[in-house]
Amino acid sequence: MTDFAADSILVHLDVLPSGELAKSAAGLVGAAASIGTPVALIVAPAEKHEALASAAAALGAPTVLVADLGAGDTALTVPFVDALVAACDLVQPDAVLVSNSIEGRDIAGRFAARTKRALSVDAVGVARDDEGVIAQHSVYGGAYNVSSAPTFGAYVVTVRQGAIDARAEAVASPVVTRLDVTPSGAPAATIDSFEEAVVASSRPELRGAGKVVAGGRGLASAEKFALVEQLADTLGAAIGASRAAVDAGYVPYSYQVGQTGVSVSPQLYVALGISGAIQHKAGMQTAKTIVAINKDGDAPIFEIADFGVVGDLFTVVPQLIAALEAKKA
Amino acid sequence: MKIVVLVKEVPDTYGDRKLNLETGLADRDAGERVLDEIGERSLEVALSYADANAGTEVVVLSMAPEASAATIRKGLAMGAASAVQVVDDALVGADLGLTAEVLAAAVKRTGFDLVITGNQSTDGSGGVIGAMIAEHVGVPHATALSAVEIGETQVSGTRATDAGNARVTAPLPAVISITEALPDARFPNFKGIMAAKKKPFETLSLSDLGVDAGVETTARSIMTAVSEKPPRSAGVKIVDEGDAGEKLAAYLIENRLA
Ligand SMILES: Cc1cc2nc3c(=O)[nH]c(=O)nc-3n(C[C@H](O)[C@H](O)[C@H](O)COP(=O)(O)OP(=O)(O)OC[C@H]3O[C@@H](n4cnc5c(N)ncnc54)[C@H](O)[C@@H]3O)c2cc1C
Ligand SMILES: Nc1ncnc2c1ncn2[C@@H]1O[C@H](COP(=O)(O)O)[C@@H](O)[C@H]1O
Repeated sequence: MTDFAADSILVHLDVLPSGELAKSAAGLVGAAASIGTPVALIVAPAEKHEALASAAAALGAPTVLVADLGAGDTALTVPFVDALVAACDLVQPDAVLVSNSIEGRDIAGRFAARTKRALSVDAVGVARDDEGVIAQHSVYGGAYNVSSAPTFGAYVVTVRQGAIDARAEAVASPVVTRLDVTPSGAPAATIDSFEEAVVASSRPELRGAGKVVAGGRGLASAEKFALVEQLADTLGAAIGASRAAVDAGYVPYSYQVGQTGVSVSPQLYVALGISGAIQHKAGMQTAKTIVAINKDGDAPIFEIADFGVVGDLFTVVPQLIAALEAKKA
Repeated sequence: MKIVVLVKEVPDTYGDRKLNLETGLADRDAGERVLDEIGERSLEVALSYADANAGTEVVVLSMAPEASAATIRKGLAMGAASAVQVVDDALVGADLGLTAEVLAAAVKRTGFDLVITGNQSTDGSGGVIGAMIAEHVGVPHATALSAVEIGETQVSGTRATDAGNARVTAPLPAVISITEALPDARFPNFKGIMAAKKKPFETLSLSDLGVDAGVETTARSIMTAVSEKPPRSAGVKIVDEGDAGEKLAAYLIENRLA
């Protein structure tokens, strides 16, 4: 029987279909360590437990709970909720942190509903005061900072991916405990098949990226969108897009920046052929430096750009790339 | 088949959206209020199924202040057969937990084979209501669907997550949430607007639903602080005279951004 620290923070870590921890894990463990002692929960096929537990320890989790997910278990969400319930009963944590991914939100939502705990989503930070754990949020496109707390009990919080910079120190020899889970039998949807997204692994992920180059309708076609990729690669940036660019099929939805897409706060955000609609700004206006190239001098993106270029992106961007490459050489 | 579509009135995203710095609540007078676009798309999924399958009943459901009735009525004008609105003073500032409890009680009362929600609203952006309702009423959920096929006994769809695309299936009754990849909604026409006036519109209170909004028995999330960030201002703007690319490169290098 493992003893758990009085200030335990239970963190559910998403596991990718490839069997690795999701990128969000580092920030989640980092956030937990900033307010208490992280206890990581990993639900995965048994043969993956050892590698995943080591990975969680390397991110700073001194204690790792592992629960089985049978290879044939295709039930959506419910097995993870059942495991979280068992883990929470065992650990009695001060808070439960889950990634604000699609899977994570479903798990956190069902878990909070089942266990009657207070839920808060899309936190960009966590803190602790005399009364307990606090979640920090950036709402209405970063126009407001809001803090929230539970009236009582352990707070269930989903944490925005890429929003936490804090990292915990690696743990050399973690305590790994196998968790017994009693299935709830709650009805679940089944996952019939899965097709992994192809990602250019050399490029940074949009969420949490230090630099982002985003393209809009002004790119005019999927072929010409390659110019965005070229500039991104020159700068070592991730790629983003406006909804118009996604709707036109230049790039997949996962690239969409904005109110109904990804929210980013990079050091540098370059907007190419993007008008700067309020819904787009909502996802990027907290960037440290904003650069915009647009041929319409009245485009609203210029209202928030630190450096704006009124011009044709098809002439300005190639020249910019050439100048940057020349500097590198 | 009975389909309940969850719709929400939100501040128009094209306008100013403000939080009251004292109460932390949305300032309802700051801008126009509209039916959330994702809710309209959810309704479109239900209505196109109803168009193709006689005997389908589509109900719109919303938890919203009294003044939102006109917005919810738009759902009737678009083609829903009836509307249910949960109105109660105790719901002002309701957190996700209370919202889900109330909506779950309402869909249970209304009865359903399928509940359709948006994946994320444009104001709350909680994106958890569908899964929470499913837990409360004890049915499966399939969220974030970018394609939906409704059958007589099951619902299937494509679930786009960061890692890739999954095909998922849930037996009915079930709760699904849809993404903005699904088609834009139809516009209400004149006939629809006239017909909407005669359609059933039920208003329910918390006591009708037997839900207790109190904070003693169930933990709730409360806002503890709210502050406004100073708006961003514009910096340098240059017009390209043939060397803007070079000037921009110099700016990036000077600021150690390249
Ligand atoms: C509920 C809701 C949610 C939304 N969510 C989002 C969201 O999450 N993200 C988002 O981005 N949008 C969102 N939108 C859509 C948003 O309102 C805009 O329609 C969208 O952002 C426009 O994309 P755009 O700037 O690429 O296209 P446009 O507005 O068409 O702008 C294209 C720009 O490219 C410029 N241009 C064209 N050719 C060139 C050239 N050769 N060189 C330089 N400039 C050129 C034009 O001057 C123009 O300013 C949402 C809308 C609603 C109603
Ligand atoms: N007050 C409400 N009334 C009706 N439906 C709601 C309400 N709040 C949320 N929903 C539904 O839940 C979805 C997700 O909302 P949210 O959790 O705010 O992102 C919305 O698209 C609606 O379908």
